[in-house]
Amino acid sequence: MGLNPAGFTPADLAAVWLTLKLAGVTTALLLLIGTPIAWWLARTRSWWKGPVGAVVALPLVLPPTVIGFYLLVTMGPNGPVGQFTQSLGLGVLPFTFAGLVVASVFYSLPFVVQPLQNAFEAIGDRPLEAAATLRASPLDTFFSVVLPLARPGYLTASVLGFAHTVGEFGVVLMIGGNIEGETRVISVQIYDHVEAMEYGQAHWLSAGMLAFAFVVLLALYTLNPSGKRK
Amino acid sequence: MSQPVSSIHARFKLDRAGFSLDVDLDLPNRGVTALFGHSGSGKTTLLRCIAGLERAPGALNMNGEVWQDATTFLPTHKRALGYVFQEASLFPHLSARGNLEYGRKRASGGMDRKALDHIVELLGIGPLLERRPDQLSGGERQRVGIARALAVKPRLLLMDEPLAALDLARKQEILPYLERLHEELEIPVLYVSHAPDEVARLADHIVVMEAGRAVAAGPLTETLARLDLPIHLGEDAGVVLDAVVSERDAQWQLARAIFKDNPDAGVWVRDGGHAVGHHVRVRILARDVSLAITRHSGTSILNILPGVVAEMADDTHPALALVRVNVGGAALVARLTRRSAHDLGLTPGQIVYAQIKAVALIG
Repeated sequence: MGLNPAGFTPADLAAVWLTLKLAGVTTALLLLIGTPIAWWLARTRSWWKGPVGAVVALPLVLPPTVIGFYLLVTMGPNGPVGQFTQSLGLGVLPFTFAGLVVASVFYSLPFVVQPLQNAFEAIGDRPLEAAATLRASPLDTFFSVVLPLARPGYLTASVLGFAHTVGEFGVVLMIGGNIEGETRVISVQIYDHVEAMEYGQAHWLSAGMLAFAFVVLLALYTLNPSGKRK
Repeated sequence: MSQPVSSIHARFKLDRAGFSLDVDLDLPNRGVTALFGHSGSGKTTLLRCIAGLERAPGALNMNGEVWQDATTFLPTHKRALGYVFQEASLFPHLSARGNLEYGRKRASGGMDRKALDHIVELLGIGPLLERRPDQLSGGERQRVGIARALAVKPRLLLMDEPLAALDLARKQEILPYLERLHEELEIPVLYVSHAPDEVARLADHIVVMEAGRAVAAGPLTETLARLDLPIHLGEDAGVVLDAVVSERDAQWQLARAIFKDNPDAGVWVRDGGHAVGHHVRVRILARDVSLAITRHSGTSILNILPGVVAEMADDTHPALALVRVNVGGAALVARLTRRSAHDLGLTPGQIVYAQIKAVALIG
């Protein structure tokens, strides 16, 4: 059962490309959505900090099938989100690329929000106060002081968000199914190969994933030691 | 000393668990006003309220401009102030120059290049400008922090114990720069400190804070000479007098400093290298002044000044008394045992000779 000298099949490459596109779009969306959530969690003294933080962290402990199941119900034809997308003429999201992006955003949310929140908390009040005494408005302060100081946090958040999305399986299976070029990502493709006893093909993709994960984490821990997650 | 025009009015009332602030102050619009008190006396909180970094109910009027009242609260970034934090708080991602430019380019009417160059030179930070904050010593960082606050051309400079985080050597390094600023700055400075020696060197006015309240406020020399104040300075009780170097004695390495409030009187001090005509301050601690009814000869004490007993009060320890002696327009405070005061029969109006054992020349 050695490596197949033929390497990747076109279907494998389609899965790789789809996975990278999904992880890229998801990470970009998560940085946009995660920044205000992380900022709020880092700065608020509201009673809601606990509940909101817990909801954000849920994907860390829930089985992906549970997340997938509820997203499927919510976004399905009879779910509230499904009804809404249908009324907009968009159809329903499950078993589409867009549905996969929505699911991935939920699934990888804590991996982006928590590093950002840690980075924002580490900055503390003082640089913000100093910026205010130097005539910077809060928005100006965010872009000219907070973002540069939180750069290690953004690097960690991007890498973890991307890598975690690349590695998802259960949620994809629940919400995306197995449609080539639309929802069949690498992890599903590996599963298919193994089901079909194509171990050589499975090796190519699995070894590629292993190398990818190792290189990404190695880069994270060597280039960005201060951004390490606790 | 003429009374300056009061142009900053600050009134704040804040109640928190274990701490309250309740002040109503008129602050002069020129010179350095020290907010002096022990830690926990509320001086930093007051400063933060004035900066708008802390929200306390009250009012703040700056030269007729309302920064805060019942309906207004101007956010910090819209107040024309400069703020120097205790630990410099430079932006670590910017060079020293980047830190200076940060505020200067955001402030409408920030300093022009020439004025900034002058401040850079005054604070001696020219060679440091390309360095990052982590490549600067504590004292250097603090000097950059001061220049950064001045670069926005504030109309009020707030300094929160700028020397407290530094060791003695670094303090000695910065104090001369602060003194130069003091001579040149035309804006009011509020300087929070718990160190009597800093206050003696730098302040023109003093607000004494205790338990969130201002227990005394006024010109430094007059206020320090008051005996009714609960300034528990302990061993640091004493007066500060503005003086001018009037002559130098090369043979004995001494200089004579005559009091501005009474040019007929003065003291001999160790020659600090100041030229004749130079303005200096002398600090005379109450414990270094003893009183005599007659002029002694055959004593090692160099400075003996005739004066009139103005006021007597109990000191913190029941064995001790404080006596204020007017030497012309200048006032000294002497700390005596109550027994000595009784044995000498001291009463207000009496002529005495103040024997000054030690004088510190500052500035």
